[in-house]
Amino acid sequence: MTALIVEHSTPLCSLQDGGRFGVRHLGITQGGAADWVSMGWANWLLGNPLAAAVVEVTLGQFSLRAERDCHLALAGADLEATVDGQHLLPWRSVHLRAGQTLQFKGPRAGARAYLAAPGGWLAPRVLGSCATVARDRLGGLGGRGAALAAGDRLVYRGPAREPRQVAVAQPPNISLAEPLQVVLGAQMAYFSGQSLFDAFDQTWVVDPRADRMGVRLCGPRLHYQGPPMISEGIPLGGIQVPPDGQPIVLGNDRQTIGGYPRLGALAPASLARLAQALPGDMLRLQPVVAEQARASHLRVLRQWA
Amino acid sequence: MKPINYAPGRQAQVEVVAIDGLMLRLFEAIDEANVPWLLAAAARVRGALGEALVDLVPAYTTLYVQYDLARLDAAQAHACLARALAGLAPEPVAAGQEHVVPVWYDPSVGPELPVLAARSGLGVPGLIARHCGRAYTVFALGFTPGFAFMGLVEPVLAAPRLATPRQRVPAGSVGIGERQTAIYPSVSPGGWNLLGRTPWSLVDAQGTCRFSPGDRVRFEAVGRDRFVELGGDCSPLEVRE
Repeated sequence: MTALIVEHSTPLCSLQDGGRFGVRHLGITQGGAADWVSMGWANWLLGNPLAAAVVEVTLGQFSLRAERDCHLALAGADLEATVDGQHLLPWRSVHLRAGQTLQFKGPRAGARAYLAAPGGWLAPRVLGSCATVARDRLGGLGGRGAALAAGDRLVYRGPAREPRQVAVAQPPNISLAEPLQVVLGAQMAYFSGQSLFDAFDQTWVVDPRADRMGVRLCGPRLHYQGPPMISEGIPLGGIQVPPDGQPIVLGNDRQTIGGYPRLGALAPASLARLAQALPGDMLRLQPVVAEQARASHLRVLRQWA
Repeated sequence: MKPINYAPGRQAQVEVVAIDGLMLRLFEAIDEANVPWLLAAAARVRGALGEALVDLVPAYTTLYVQYDLARLDAAQAHACLARALAGLAPEPVAAGQEHVVPVWYDPSVGPELPVLAARSGLGVPGLIARHCGRAYTVFALGFTPGFAFMGLVEPVLAAPRLATPRQRVPAGSVGIGERQTAIYPSVSPGGWNLLGRTPWSLVDAQGTCRFSPGDRVRFEAVGRDRFVELGGDCSPLEVRE
Protein backbone atom coordinates (compact mmCIF):
# COMPACT_ATOMS: atom_id res chain seq x y z
CA MET A 1 0.00 0.00 0.00
CA THR A 2 1.30 3.44 -0.89
CA ALA A 3 0.08 6.61 0.74
CA LEU A 4 0.22 10.31 -0.01
CA ILE A 5 -0.67 12.97 2.54
CA VAL A 6 -2.83 15.91 1.55
CA GLU A 7 -1.08 19.10 2.72
CA HIS A 8 -3.40 21.76 1.30
CA SER A 9 -6.89 21.46 -0.12
CA THR A 10 -10.11 23.37 -0.76
CA PRO A 11 -13.79 22.35 -0.76
CA LEU A 12 -13.47 22.08 -4.56
CA CYS A 13 -10.96 19.22 -4.45
CA SER A 14 -12.53 15.80 -4.02
CA LEU A 15 -12.41 12.13 -4.82
CA GLN A 16 -14.51 11.21 -7.86
CA ASP A 17 -15.12 8.25 -10.14
CA GLY A 18 -17.63 7.33 -12.86
CA GLY A 19 -20.54 8.23 -10.57
CA ARG A 20 -23.46 6.60 -8.80
CA PHE A 21 -26.09 4.81 -10.88
CA GLY A 22 -29.34 2.94 -10.30
CA VAL A 23 -30.28 5.27 -7.43
CA ARG A 24 -31.75 8.29 -9.22
CA HIS A 25 -35.29 7.16 -8.30
CA LEU A 26 -34.35 7.70 -4.65
CA GLY A 27 -33.47 11.34 -5.27
CA ILE A 28 -29.74 10.55 -5.16
CA THR A 29 -27.68 12.37 -7.74
CA GLN A 30 -25.04 10.96 -10.07
CA GLY A 31 -21.85 12.69 -8.96
CA GLY A 32 -18.59 11.60 -10.59
CA ALA A 33 -15.80 13.37 -12.47
CA ALA A 34 -17.13 16.52 -14.13
CA ASP A 35 -14.69 16.06 -17.02
CA TRP A 36 -15.08 12.33 -17.56
CA VAL A 37 -12.84 12.41 -20.65
CA SER A 38 -9.84 13.69 -18.69
CA MET A 39 -10.58 11.18 -15.90
CA GLY A 40 -10.56 8.48 -18.58
CA TRP A 41 -7.15 9.60 -19.89
CA ALA A 42 -5.64 9.78 -16.39
CA ASN A 43 -6.74 6.22 -15.69
CA TRP A 44 -5.79 4.97 -19.16
CA LEU A 45 -2.22 6.21 -18.67
CA LEU A 46 -1.88 3.78 -15.75
CA GLY A 47 -3.85 0.92 -17.30
CA ASN A 48 -6.64 1.37 -14.74
CA PRO A 49 -10.34 0.79 -15.28
CA LEU A 50 -11.42 4.04 -16.95
CA ALA A 51 -13.74 5.07 -14.12
CA ALA A 52 -11.39 4.17 -11.23
CA ALA A 53 -11.32 6.70 -8.39
CA VAL A 54 -9.33 9.87 -9.18
CA VAL A 55 -8.67 13.14 -7.38
CA GLU A 56 -10.52 16.03 -9.02
CA VAL A 57 -8.53 19.21 -8.37
CA THR A 58 -10.63 22.27 -9.23
CA LEU A 59 -8.79 25.60 -9.63
CA GLY A 60 -5.68 24.47 -7.68
CA GLN A 61 -4.57 25.39 -4.14
CA PHE A 62 -3.98 21.69 -3.58
CA SER A 63 -0.85 19.76 -2.65
CA LEU A 64 0.13 16.32 -1.48
CA ARG A 65 3.33 14.68 -0.23
CA ALA A 66 4.45 11.18 -1.18
CA GLU A 67 5.35 8.83 1.67
CA ARG A 68 7.14 6.54 -0.80
CA ASP A 69 8.24 6.58 -4.43
CA CYS A 70 5.21 6.44 -6.67
CA HIS A 71 3.94 6.71 -10.24
CA LEU A 72 0.76 8.73 -10.72
CA ALA A 73 -0.90 10.17 -13.83
CA LEU A 74 -2.15 13.65 -14.55
CA ALA A 75 -4.78 14.75 -17.10
CA GLY A 76 -7.13 17.63 -17.79
CA ALA A 77 -6.44 21.24 -16.90
CA ASP A 78 -2.98 22.74 -16.59
CA LEU A 79 -3.20 24.03 -13.01
CA GLU A 80 0.50 24.78 -12.85
CA ALA A 81 1.39 21.52 -11.17
CA THR A 82 4.96 21.43 -9.88
CA VAL A 83 7.31 19.03 -8.13
CA ASP A 84 10.29 20.72 -6.55
CA GLY A 85 9.61 23.81 -8.61
CA GLN A 86 9.53 21.90 -11.88
CA HIS A 87 6.38 22.46 -13.97
CA LEU A 88 4.48 19.31 -14.93
CA LEU A 89 2.20 19.24 -17.95
CA PRO A 90 -0.99 17.18 -18.03
CA TRP A 91 -1.56 14.07 -20.16
CA ARG A 92 1.41 12.19 -18.75
CA SER A 93 2.55 10.15 -15.82
CA VAL A 94 4.18 11.75 -12.79
CA HIS A 95 6.99 10.21 -10.80
CA LEU A 96 7.32 11.27 -7.18
CA ARG A 97 10.12 10.21 -4.87
CA ALA A 98 9.45 9.66 -1.17
CA GLY A 99 9.09 13.02 0.57
CA GLN A 100 8.44 15.03 -2.57
CA THR A 101 5.41 17.32 -2.79
CA LEU A 102 3.15 17.69 -5.80
CA GLN A 103 1.54 21.09 -5.81
CA PHE A 104 -1.25 22.63 -7.92
CA LYS A 105 -1.13 26.43 -7.93
CA GLY A 106 -3.89 27.73 -10.19
CA PRO A 107 -5.41 27.65 -13.67
CA ARG A 108 -3.20 28.22 -16.72
CA ALA A 109 -5.54 26.33 -19.08
CA GLY A 110 -8.80 24.73 -17.95
CA ALA A 111 -10.33 24.41 -14.50
CA ARG A 112 -10.10 20.76 -13.40
CA ALA A 113 -7.10 18.45 -13.21
CA TYR A 114 -7.37 14.72 -12.59
CA LEU A 115 -4.80 12.74 -10.65
CA ALA A 116 -4.91 8.96 -10.94
CA ALA A 117 -3.04 6.28 -8.99
CA PRO A 118 -2.23 2.67 -9.95
CA GLY A 119 -5.42 0.65 -9.50
CA GLY A 120 -7.32 3.76 -8.38
CA TRP A 121 -7.38 5.54 -5.02
CA LEU A 122 -8.90 3.46 -2.24
CA ALA A 123 -12.17 4.66 -0.73
CA PRO A 124 -15.35 3.05 0.53
CA ARG A 125 -17.99 2.53 -2.11
CA VAL A 126 -21.30 4.02 -1.02
CA LEU A 127 -24.19 2.87 -3.22
CA GLY A 128 -21.67 1.54 -5.71
CA SER A 129 -19.41 4.58 -5.98
CA CYS A 130 -16.92 6.67 -4.05
CA ALA A 131 -17.91 9.89 -5.90
CA THR A 132 -18.00 12.76 -3.41
CA VAL A 133 -21.34 14.60 -3.30
CA ALA A 134 -21.37 17.07 -0.41
CA ARG A 135 -25.09 17.82 -0.76
CA ASP A 136 -26.06 14.14 -0.54
CA ARG A 137 -23.41 13.46 2.16
CA LEU A 138 -22.18 10.49 0.16
CA GLY A 139 -18.76 9.34 -1.03
CA GLY A 140 -15.20 10.52 -0.51
CA LEU A 141 -12.57 9.05 1.81
CA GLY A 142 -14.92 8.81 4.80
CA GLY A 143 -18.00 7.93 2.76
CA ARG A 144 -19.95 10.93 4.05
CA GLY A 145 -19.40 13.40 1.24
CA ALA A 146 -16.47 15.38 2.64
CA ALA A 147 -14.07 17.06 0.22
CA LEU A 148 -10.35 16.32 0.59
CA ALA A 149 -8.74 18.17 3.49
CA ALA A 150 -5.24 18.74 4.85
CA GLY A 151 -4.09 15.66 6.73
CA ASP A 152 -6.12 13.16 4.67
CA ARG A 153 -4.22 10.04 3.59
CA LEU A 154 -4.77 9.05 -0.02
CA VAL A 155 -3.90 5.38 -0.49
CA TYR A 156 -3.58 3.04 -3.46
CA ARG A 157 -2.67 -0.60 -3.75
CA GLY A 158 -2.17 -1.14 -7.48
CA PRO A 159 1.05 -2.47 -8.97
CA ALA A 160 3.63 -0.07 -10.39
CA ARG A 161 3.37 -0.62 -14.14
CA GLU A 162 5.18 0.93 -17.06
CA PRO A 163 2.96 3.97 -17.67
CA ARG A 164 1.47 4.56 -21.11
CA GLN A 165 2.06 7.72 -23.12
CA VAL A 166 -0.47 10.01 -24.75
CA ALA A 167 0.78 11.21 -28.13
CA VAL A 168 1.87 14.66 -26.94
CA ALA A 169 1.63 16.13 -30.44
CA GLN A 170 -2.16 15.66 -30.16
CA PRO A 171 -3.21 16.27 -26.57
CA PRO A 172 -6.92 15.75 -25.90
CA ASN A 173 -8.93 18.89 -26.60
CA ILE A 174 -10.37 20.58 -23.51
CA SER A 175 -10.76 24.04 -25.03
CA LEU A 176 -14.01 25.83 -25.83
CA ALA A 177 -12.81 26.93 -29.28
CA GLU A 178 -15.05 24.39 -30.99
CA PRO A 179 -18.79 24.85 -30.35
CA LEU A 180 -20.44 22.67 -27.70
CA GLN A 181 -22.88 20.18 -29.21
CA VAL A 182 -26.50 20.14 -28.12
CA VAL A 183 -28.82 17.18 -28.64
CA LEU A 184 -32.08 19.01 -29.28
CA GLY A 185 -35.15 17.78 -27.50
CA ALA A 186 -37.27 18.04 -24.41
CA GLN A 187 -39.33 21.29 -24.61
CA MET A 188 -37.27 22.72 -27.50
CA ALA A 189 -40.35 23.16 -29.71
CA TYR A 190 -41.88 25.58 -27.19
CA PHE A 191 -39.13 28.18 -27.46
CA SER A 192 -39.67 31.12 -29.80
CA GLY A 193 -38.08 30.88 -33.23
CA GLN A 194 -35.94 33.91 -32.41
CA SER A 195 -34.71 32.19 -29.23
CA LEU A 196 -33.68 29.08 -31.14
CA PHE A 197 -31.89 31.22 -33.70
CA ASP A 198 -30.11 33.25 -30.99
CA ALA A 199 -29.16 30.18 -28.97
CA PHE A 200 -27.06 28.83 -31.83
CA ASP A 201 -26.00 32.08 -33.44
CA GLN A 202 -24.70 34.13 -30.55
CA THR A 203 -21.87 33.83 -28.07
CA TRP A 204 -22.48 32.67 -24.50
CA VAL A 205 -20.40 33.74 -21.51
CA VAL A 206 -19.77 31.41 -18.57
CA ASP A 207 -21.21 33.00 -15.42
CA PRO A 208 -19.34 32.91 -12.07
CA ARG A 209 -22.31 30.91 -10.74
CA ALA A 210 -20.85 27.62 -11.94
CA ASP A 211 -20.34 24.51 -9.86
CA ARG A 212 -20.71 20.74 -10.07
CA MET A 213 -24.50 21.10 -10.01
CA GLY A 214 -24.77 23.42 -12.98
CA VAL A 215 -23.14 26.09 -15.11
CA ARG A 216 -25.09 29.24 -15.88
CA LEU A 217 -24.59 30.87 -19.28
CA CYS A 218 -25.15 34.56 -19.98
CA GLY A 219 -26.26 35.76 -23.38
CA PRO A 220 -29.41 36.38 -25.39
CA ARG A 221 -32.61 35.94 -23.39
CA LEU A 222 -34.45 32.73 -24.37
CA HIS A 223 -38.24 32.79 -24.33
CA TYR A 224 -40.22 29.70 -23.42
CA GLN A 225 -43.80 29.90 -24.69
CA GLY A 226 -45.14 26.49 -23.69
CA PRO A 227 -47.53 25.40 -20.96
CA PRO A 228 -46.38 25.24 -17.31
CA MET A 229 -44.11 22.26 -16.78
CA ILE A 230 -44.64 19.33 -14.46
CA SER A 231 -41.33 18.30 -12.87
CA GLU A 232 -39.63 15.37 -14.56
CA GLY A 233 -36.33 13.47 -14.55
CA ILE A 234 -33.46 15.41 -16.05
CA PRO A 235 -30.48 14.11 -17.99
CA LEU A 236 -26.82 14.90 -17.49
CA GLY A 237 -26.01 17.99 -19.57
CA GLY A 238 -29.66 19.07 -19.71
CA ILE A 239 -29.97 22.76 -20.61
CA GLN A 240 -32.72 24.21 -18.47
CA VAL A 241 -34.07 27.70 -18.97
CA PRO A 242 -35.57 29.44 -15.91
CA PRO A 243 -37.92 32.42 -16.33
CA ASP A 244 -34.97 34.87 -16.59
CA GLY A 245 -34.12 33.27 -19.95
CA GLN A 246 -30.49 32.51 -19.07
CA PRO A 247 -29.75 28.79 -19.47
CA ILE A 248 -28.18 26.53 -16.86
CA VAL A 249 -26.34 23.43 -18.06
CA LEU A 250 -26.90 20.68 -15.51
CA GLY A 251 -23.85 18.82 -14.29
CA ASN A 252 -23.01 15.64 -12.39
CA ASP A 253 -24.42 16.88 -9.07
CA ARG A 254 -27.72 18.15 -10.55
CA GLN A 255 -31.05 17.67 -8.78
CA THR A 256 -32.72 14.44 -9.97
CA ILE A 257 -36.07 15.99 -10.93
CA GLY A 258 -36.59 19.48 -12.30
CA GLY A 259 -39.43 21.67 -13.47
CA TYR A 260 -37.80 24.20 -15.79
CA PRO A 261 -38.21 23.79 -19.56
CA ARG A 262 -35.19 22.44 -21.40
CA LEU A 263 -33.73 23.16 -24.80
CA GLY A 264 -32.00 19.78 -24.98
CA ALA A 265 -28.85 18.31 -23.50
CA LEU A 266 -25.16 18.80 -24.18
CA ALA A 267 -23.45 15.75 -25.65
CA PRO A 268 -21.29 14.23 -22.86
CA ALA A 269 -18.02 15.06 -24.62
CA SER A 270 -19.10 18.70 -24.84
CA LEU A 271 -20.16 18.68 -21.20
CA ALA A 272 -16.65 17.47 -20.32
CA ARG A 273 -15.19 20.52 -22.11
CA LEU A 274 -17.64 22.82 -20.31
CA ALA A 275 -16.35 21.40 -17.01
CA GLN A 276 -13.02 22.99 -17.95
CA ALA A 277 -14.52 26.47 -18.43
CA LEU A 278 -13.69 29.41 -16.19
CA PRO A 279 -16.02 32.34 -15.43
CA GLY A 280 -15.88 34.82 -18.32
CA ASP A 281 -14.96 32.19 -20.91
CA MET A 282 -16.92 32.43 -24.14
CA LEU A 283 -18.50 29.59 -26.06
CA ARG A 284 -20.95 28.74 -28.79
CA LEU A 285 -23.63 26.08 -29.03
CA GLN A 286 -24.31 23.91 -32.06
CA PRO A 287 -27.22 21.53 -32.64
CA VAL A 288 -26.33 17.91 -33.30
CA VAL A 289 -28.36 14.85 -34.25
CA ALA A 290 -28.55 12.42 -31.33
CA GLU A 291 -27.27 9.42 -33.33
CA GLN A 292 -24.31 11.41 -34.65
CA ALA A 293 -23.42 12.48 -31.09
CA ARG A 294 -23.73 8.86 -29.96
CA ALA A 295 -21.35 7.74 -32.73
CA SER A 296 -18.70 10.28 -31.76
CA HIS A 297 -19.17 9.30 -28.10
CA LEU A 298 -18.48 5.66 -28.97
CA ARG A 299 -15.32 6.80 -30.84
CA VAL A 300 -14.09 8.46 -27.61
CA LEU A 301 -14.64 5.19 -25.73
CA ARG A 302 -12.97 3.10 -28.46
CA GLN A 303 -9.72 5.07 -28.35
CA TRP A 304 -9.13 3.65 -24.84
CA ALA A 305 -9.99 0.06 -25.79
CA MET B 1 -40.29 9.32 -31.78
CA LYS B 2 -43.38 7.17 -32.38
CA PRO B 3 -45.79 7.09 -29.43
CA ILE B 4 -46.18 3.75 -27.65
CA ASN B 5 -49.66 2.29 -27.15
CA TYR B 6 -49.44 0.68 -23.74
CA ALA B 7 -53.09 -0.12 -23.08
CA PRO B 8 -56.37 0.27 -24.97
CA GLY B 9 -56.88 3.98 -25.55
CA ARG B 10 -53.67 4.91 -23.71
CA GLN B 11 -50.58 6.26 -25.39
CA ALA B 12 -47.17 7.33 -24.11
CA GLN B 13 -45.24 10.04 -25.94
CA VAL B 14 -41.57 9.19 -26.41
CA GLU B 15 -38.98 11.97 -26.60
CA VAL B 16 -35.24 11.82 -27.15
CA VAL B 17 -33.73 13.92 -24.34
CA ALA B 18 -30.06 12.89 -24.41
CA ILE B 19 -27.77 10.60 -26.41
CA ASP B 20 -28.60 7.85 -23.93
CA GLY B 21 -32.01 8.87 -22.62
CA LEU B 22 -35.68 8.69 -23.57
CA MET B 23 -38.57 10.37 -21.78
CA LEU B 24 -41.77 8.33 -21.61
CA ARG B 25 -44.63 10.76 -21.12
CA LEU B 26 -47.65 8.75 -19.99
CA PHE B 27 -49.89 11.54 -18.67
CA GLU B 28 -50.53 15.24 -19.13
CA ALA B 29 -51.54 16.20 -15.57
CA ILE B 30 -50.71 15.30 -11.97
CA ASP B 31 -53.20 12.75 -10.65
CA GLU B 32 -53.09 10.09 -7.95
CA ALA B 33 -54.53 7.68 -10.50
CA ASN B 34 -51.24 7.94 -12.49
CA VAL B 35 -49.21 6.25 -9.77
CA PRO B 36 -50.33 2.62 -10.28
CA TRP B 37 -49.65 2.96 -14.01
CA LEU B 38 -46.24 4.56 -13.51
CA LEU B 39 -45.23 1.89 -10.98
CA ALA B 40 -46.28 -0.86 -13.37
CA ALA B 41 -44.46 0.77 -16.27
CA ALA B 42 -41.28 1.21 -14.19
CA ALA B 43 -41.30 -2.49 -13.25
CA ARG B 44 -41.76 -3.53 -16.90
CA VAL B 45 -38.97 -1.22 -18.07
CA ARG B 46 -36.57 -2.57 -15.43
CA GLY B 47 -37.35 -6.12 -16.48
CA ALA B 48 -37.06 -5.48 -20.20
CA LEU B 49 -33.86 -3.43 -20.24
CA GLY B 50 -32.08 -5.45 -17.55
CA GLU B 51 -28.35 -4.79 -17.67
CA ALA B 52 -28.82 -2.15 -20.35
CA LEU B 53 -30.71 0.08 -17.90
CA VAL B 54 -28.49 2.74 -16.32
CA ASP B 55 -31.11 4.72 -14.42
CA LEU B 56 -34.85 5.18 -14.24
CA VAL B 57 -36.46 8.31 -12.81
CA PRO B 58 -40.22 8.16 -12.25
CA ALA B 59 -41.94 11.52 -11.75
CA TYR B 60 -45.59 12.66 -11.73
CA THR B 61 -46.42 11.95 -15.35
CA THR B 62 -43.19 10.60 -16.82
CA LEU B 63 -40.49 7.97 -16.65
CA TYR B 64 -37.02 9.08 -17.65
CA VAL B 65 -35.09 6.08 -18.97
CA GLN B 66 -31.31 6.25 -19.22
CA TYR B 67 -29.82 3.27 -21.05
CA ASP B 68 -26.32 2.02 -21.79
CA LEU B 69 -25.45 3.62 -25.11
CA ALA B 70 -22.78 1.02 -25.81
CA ARG B 71 -25.52 -1.63 -25.93
CA LEU B 72 -28.46 0.22 -27.47
CA ASP B 73 -29.18 3.07 -29.82
CA ALA B 74 -32.34 5.17 -29.51
CA ALA B 75 -34.31 3.07 -32.02
CA GLN B 76 -33.42 -0.17 -30.23
CA ALA B 77 -34.28 1.36 -26.86
CA HIS B 78 -37.61 2.54 -28.27
CA ALA B 79 -38.41 -0.92 -29.64
CA CYS B 80 -37.51 -2.49 -26.31
CA LEU B 81 -39.75 -0.07 -24.40
CA ALA B 82 -42.63 -0.62 -26.83
CA ARG B 83 -42.41 -4.41 -26.30
CA ALA B 84 -42.11 -3.96 -22.53
CA LEU B 85 -45.13 -1.71 -22.18
CA ALA B 86 -47.54 -3.59 -24.46
CA GLY B 87 -50.62 -4.69 -22.55
CA LEU B 88 -49.67 -2.80 -19.39
CA ALA B 89 -52.02 -3.09 -16.40
CA PRO B 90 -51.86 -0.77 -13.37
CA GLU B 91 -50.08 -2.07 -10.29
CA PRO B 92 -52.54 -2.49 -7.40
CA VAL B 93 -52.05 0.38 -4.98
CA ALA B 94 -52.27 -2.11 -2.10
CA ALA B 95 -48.65 -2.92 -2.96
CA GLY B 96 -47.56 0.32 -1.27
CA GLN B 97 -46.88 0.58 2.48
CA GLU B 98 -48.84 2.77 4.89
CA HIS B 99 -46.99 5.17 7.19
CA VAL B 100 -48.38 7.28 10.01
CA VAL B 101 -45.98 10.16 10.60
CA PRO B 102 -46.07 12.09 13.89
CA VAL B 103 -45.91 15.87 13.43
CA TRP B 104 -45.68 18.66 15.96
CA TYR B 105 -47.69 21.48 14.35
CA ASP B 106 -46.47 24.73 15.88
CA PRO B 107 -45.60 28.23 14.60
CA SER B 108 -42.09 28.00 16.08
CA VAL B 109 -41.21 25.15 13.73
CA GLY B 110 -43.90 25.82 11.12
CA PRO B 111 -44.05 29.59 10.57
CA GLU B 112 -46.71 29.37 7.83
CA LEU B 113 -49.15 27.50 10.07
CA PRO B 114 -50.95 30.70 11.21
CA VAL B 115 -50.64 32.21 7.72
CA LEU B 116 -52.37 29.30 5.98
CA ALA B 117 -54.87 28.95 8.82
CA ALA B 118 -55.94 32.56 8.35
CA ARG B 119 -55.97 32.46 4.57
CA SER B 120 -58.04 29.28 4.39
CA GLY B 121 -60.42 30.49 7.09
CA LEU B 122 -60.03 27.14 8.84
CA GLY B 123 -58.17 28.39 11.90
CA VAL B 124 -55.13 26.53 13.25
CA PRO B 125 -56.94 23.48 14.69
CA GLY B 126 -59.05 23.19 11.55
CA LEU B 127 -56.05 23.38 9.28
CA ILE B 128 -54.22 20.69 11.26
CA ALA B 129 -57.29 18.45 11.21
CA ARG B 130 -57.63 18.80 7.43
CA HIS B 131 -53.89 18.20 6.79
CA CYS B 132 -54.13 15.03 8.92
CA GLY B 133 -57.48 14.13 7.39
CA ARG B 134 -56.38 12.06 4.44
CA ALA B 135 -53.67 9.65 3.37
CA TYR B 136 -51.34 11.07 0.74
CA THR B 137 -49.79 9.15 -2.11
CA VAL B 138 -46.02 9.28 -2.61
CA PHE B 139 -45.67 10.34 -6.25
CA ALA B 140 -41.92 10.45 -6.59
CA LEU B 141 -38.64 10.80 -4.70
CA GLY B 142 -36.34 13.54 -5.87
CA PHE B 143 -34.75 16.95 -5.33
CA THR B 144 -32.56 15.63 -2.50
CA PRO B 145 -32.15 12.08 -1.13
CA GLY B 146 -35.36 10.99 0.53
CA PHE B 147 -37.48 14.01 -0.42
CA ALA B 148 -40.92 12.49 -1.15
CA PHE B 149 -43.38 14.46 -3.25
CA MET B 150 -46.82 13.63 -1.82
CA GLY B 151 -50.36 14.72 -2.50
CA LEU B 152 -52.76 15.86 -3.17
CA VAL B 153 -53.86 18.10 -0.29
CA GLU B 154 -57.42 19.43 -0.38
CA PRO B 155 -57.72 22.54 -2.56
CA VAL B 156 -58.46 24.69 0.51
CA LEU B 157 -54.99 23.84 1.88
CA ALA B 158 -53.15 24.60 -1.37
CA ALA B 159 -50.65 27.45 -1.12
CA PRO B 160 -48.10 28.86 -3.58
CA ARG B 161 -44.42 28.44 -2.83
CA LEU B 162 -42.71 31.33 -0.99
CA ALA B 163 -41.62 34.14 -3.30
CA THR B 164 -38.12 33.90 -1.83
CA PRO B 165 -37.07 30.42 -0.74
CA ARG B 166 -35.47 29.97 2.68
CA GLN B 167 -31.73 29.36 2.67
CA ARG B 168 -32.01 26.75 5.39
CA VAL B 169 -35.00 24.56 6.18
CA PRO B 170 -34.38 22.19 9.15
CA ALA B 171 -34.60 18.42 8.70
CA GLY B 172 -38.04 17.02 9.46
CA SER B 173 -39.91 20.18 8.43
CA VAL B 174 -43.35 19.42 7.00
CA GLY B 175 -44.62 21.72 4.31
CA ILE B 176 -47.12 22.43 1.57
CA GLY B 177 -46.31 23.60 -1.96
CA GLU B 178 -49.32 24.11 -4.23
CA ARG B 179 -51.37 20.92 -3.74
CA GLN B 180 -48.39 18.83 -2.67
CA THR B 181 -47.03 18.13 0.75
CA ALA B 182 -43.60 16.86 1.81
CA ILE B 183 -41.10 16.41 4.60
CA TYR B 184 -37.60 17.85 4.23
CA PRO B 185 -35.35 14.84 4.97
CA SER B 186 -32.22 16.91 5.60
CA VAL B 187 -31.28 20.54 6.05
CA SER B 188 -31.62 22.21 2.66
CA PRO B 189 -32.83 25.37 0.98
CA GLY B 190 -36.57 25.31 0.36
CA GLY B 191 -39.57 27.37 -0.62
CA TRP B 192 -42.52 25.39 0.75
CA ASN B 193 -44.92 26.66 3.43
CA LEU B 194 -43.87 25.06 6.72
CA LEU B 195 -46.54 23.82 9.14
CA GLY B 196 -44.62 21.73 11.64
CA ARG B 197 -41.90 19.18 12.17
CA THR B 198 -41.62 15.40 12.50
CA PRO B 199 -39.10 13.71 14.81
CA TRP B 200 -38.65 10.91 12.27
CA SER B 201 -35.52 10.65 10.22
CA LEU B 202 -36.40 9.65 6.70
CA VAL B 203 -33.10 8.45 5.29
CA ASP B 204 -30.45 6.07 6.58
CA ALA B 205 -26.68 6.51 6.27
CA GLN B 206 -26.82 4.98 2.79
CA GLY B 207 -29.27 7.64 1.63
CA THR B 208 -32.13 5.14 1.40
CA CYS B 209 -35.59 6.54 2.08
CA ARG B 210 -38.30 5.20 4.37
CA PHE B 211 -40.90 5.90 1.67
CA SER B 212 -41.29 4.57 -1.86
CA PRO B 213 -43.48 5.82 -4.69
CA GLY B 214 -46.95 4.37 -4.29
CA ASP B 215 -46.75 4.35 -0.47
CA ARG B 216 -49.51 6.09 1.49
CA VAL B 217 -48.59 8.61 4.18
CA ARG B 218 -50.88 9.99 6.87
CA PHE B 219 -49.86 12.72 9.32
CA GLU B 220 -50.77 12.53 12.99
CA ALA B 221 -50.62 15.62 15.21
CA VAL B 222 -48.60 15.17 18.41
CA GLY B 223 -47.86 17.63 21.22
CA ARG B 224 -44.47 19.10 22.05
CA ASP B 225 -43.78 16.55 24.81
CA ARG B 226 -44.45 13.55 22.61
CA PHE B 227 -42.37 15.15 19.84
CA VAL B 228 -39.40 15.51 22.20
CA GLU B 229 -39.91 11.99 23.57
CA LEU B 230 -39.66 10.67 19.98
CA GLY B 231 -36.33 12.44 19.57
CA GLY B 232 -37.54 15.63 17.88
CA ASP B 233 -35.46 18.80 17.81
CA CYS B 234 -37.50 21.80 19.04
CA SER B 235 -35.11 24.56 18.01
CA PRO B 236 -37.17 27.23 16.28
CA LEU B 237 -36.53 28.37 12.74
CA GLU B 238 -34.23 31.30 12.38
CA VAL B 239 -36.37 34.42 12.03
CA ARG B 240 -36.68 35.51 8.45
CA GLU B 241 -35.81 38.99 7.30
